[in-house]
Amino acid sequence: MAGDGKVTTQSHNKRPTRWHIAVFLAPAVLVYTAIMIIPLFGTLQFSLFQEVERLQVFVGLDNFKTLFGDPNWSKSFWNALANNAWFFVIHMLVQNPIGILLAAILASPHLRMAAFYRTAIFIPTILSFVIVGFAWKLILSPIWGISPDLLQMIGLKSLFAPWLGKEAYALTTLALVSVWQFVGIPMMLIYAALLTIPDEVLEAAECDGITGMKQFWKIKLPLILPSIGIISVLTFVANFNAFDLIYTTQGALAGPNFATDILGTFMFRTFFGFQLQLGDPNMGATIASAMFFVILIGVCIYLFGIQSRMRRYQF
Amino acid sequence: MTYKFMKSILLASTMLVAAGVAQAEDVTLTIESWRNDDLSIWQDKIIPAFEKANPGIKVKFTPSAPAEYNAVLNSKLDAGSAGDMITCRPFDVSLGLYDKGHLAALQDLEGMKNFSSVAKSGWSTDDGSATFCVPMASVIHGFIYNKDAFKEVGVEVPKTEAEFFAVLDKIKKDGNYIPLAMGTNDQWEAATMGYNNIGPNYWKGEEGRLALIAGKQKLTDEAWVAPYRQLAKWKPYLGDGFEAQTYPDSQNLFTLGRAAVYPAGSWEISGFNKQAEFKMGAFYPPVQNAGDECYISDHTDIAIGMNAKTKNPKETKIFLNWVGSAEFASLYANSLPGFFSLSNHEVKMDDPLAQDFVSWRGKCKSSIRSTYQILSRGKPNLENDTWNASVQVIKGAETPEAAGARLQKGLASWYKPQM
Repeated sequence: MAGDGKVTTQSHNKRPTRWHIAVFLAPAVLVYTAIMIIPLFGTLQFSLFQEVERLQVFVGLDNFKTLFGDPNWSKSFWNALANNAWFFVIHMLVQNPIGILLAAILASPHLRMAAFYRTAIFIPTILSFVIVGFAWKLILSPIWGISPDLLQMIGLKSLFAPWLGKEAYALTTLALVSVWQFVGIPMMLIYAALLTIPDEVLEAAECDGITGMKQFWKIKLPLILPSIGIISVLTFVANFNAFDLIYTTQGALAGPNFATDILGTFMFRTFFGFQLQLGDPNMGATIASAMFFVILIGVCIYLFGIQSRMRRYQF
Repeated sequence: MTYKFMKSILLASTMLVAAGVAQAEDVTLTIESWRNDDLSIWQDKIIPAFEKANPGIKVKFTPSAPAEYNAVLNSKLDAGSAGDMITCRPFDVSLGLYDKGHLAALQDLEGMKNFSSVAKSGWSTDDGSATFCVPMASVIHGFIYNKDAFKEVGVEVPKTEAEFFAVLDKIKKDGNYIPLAMGTNDQWEAATMGYNNIGPNYWKGEEGRLALIAGKQKLTDEAWVAPYRQLAKWKPYLGDGFEAQTYPDSQNLFTLGRAAVYPAGSWEISGFNKQAEFKMGAFYPPVQNAGDECYISDHTDIAIGMNAKTKNPKETKIFLNWVGSAEFASLYANSLPGFFSLSNHEVKMDDPLAQDFVSWRGKCKSSIRSTYQILSRGKPNLENDTWNASVQVIKGAETPEAAGARLQKGLASWYKPQM
């Protein structure tokens, strides 16, 4: 114990101020402050103002009162929030389990051409939203799309519907398109986590007769739980910030009948205006702030409610 | 290496500055616009004609994408980096720019004398005391049809609503063509090419539109609900999967010869002329009973104004005056068939389809889209709600009466004369 103390004091004496830490952190801190933190506080501040006769006037929480109190606004807001929640649920139920499954398959040592599959599945992630949105819009098009023909080939034409145009299906369809695009991310993260599990642990399990599926459930899954937690948070943040895919496929009015309207499109429409509707930057900032708080609350629940209770294993 | 690079950059910038000084006698004016489709027409026809007549003034046309135009322009104006001239959307979007001091008042401009007050209404203050953009063109609504398809099926151009649906029935029975090329995915076609196309016949054009603004008529009145009733009847004549059919889908369906009738705006003419390989004709929205007066939507659509902070007000005014001239009117109307001049000049057009459209001005009474003036100022926005309601009615998800009641409730919530 005493020896430990001595060592630290010695090293402390050698380098009294560690400037290099500040120097190396500075670029990231400066850039992050300039393009993230200042605009964030700017937005929060903007949401407390309203334009009266060409002047920005401080109105306190009036904008939030309008957003939640005025039926015209609150209806759109809750609709967008509910759609966002559904978008997130689909990702959690479909994207992440499939991602884990794919990673588990890829990590198996018997799989051939693993690198090819890994790349192929990851490629959509690096495509632009515009390309993905447009390609899927064409694939699903009832007029030129290949999906009606494909369904006809297997005799299931009756199952085809203009999904993107139906209120009941549009949001789910887009959520699945987004899942298709981003399934590579949970796959990669889980794959990396699976590779870090030491062989000794797995060999020990095998000696105890735990193999195959049982090994996955009993040994691997508990070890990758922290990664799954991180993926859930990333999915949550990305989904509640989503905008691009909806905007490119359905436009800012997020049709049919606002069935695909999420907080991002609602904010865009309000902030910049749409067709004859003039932009209202203050209300737009109010919605953006509400989005920020929704995400903040979600992330806090995870950090304090789940992550702190998660068990970690060290090898 | 870096040093060399820096040096060459410095050198290059010095040379650019020098070049700028050398050209300083020429004033360059830039035009902000959303018409990126028209870029080549401006560059090859309109601007050379102006520059030839006005040596010393150069003009640059710098359009952005239509959907982003309003947002981009607003940011540019706020930052002070917008061009000398600004292409104006009609009514409140431009009025808002004028109120904010971004657009200069132009009512004293010489060229303004060539426009009627109706033409100027889209770019004037509510009391008409100030006008801030020089009107360029209007667009007319109606139906474009495939002449060959009509001949093949054996139908004539419909004059009344009953005939219209009889024609659609016959085309549908024939089975070779989709009767109506329209989808509801992008929403605006249902309102612009649907509701506001057929509506003026019911609300009697300007009469009904002004009565609605004055609060003397309501959106729940028969005249305003009846167009929805007709739209509801369109559903069986639209193509399979029309719910997911986009605007370009509809255009392609028609120009590929797969659909017989296209609910249209005249701005389609030049595109359709290039794409379609069959003969096209146009008819105005059929009236309720034979012999009824017909009304058309002849919508003031595009104008051009002066950035109040321009450094070249004198040269900009020279250009704007020229926009009001007979030369520009004829040049513009003929380069862009389907955009009809709003000036009082006699304009001769060569395109037969454009002639079809413009001939209705003589037969029918003109009006503009009902939702554009004043009524889309508040929240909820009447224009956006009309898009939504038209789509819902076509799909059968909402009854015409319920749609009217919903729009009226929204309008009455903020518009005093309707309360």
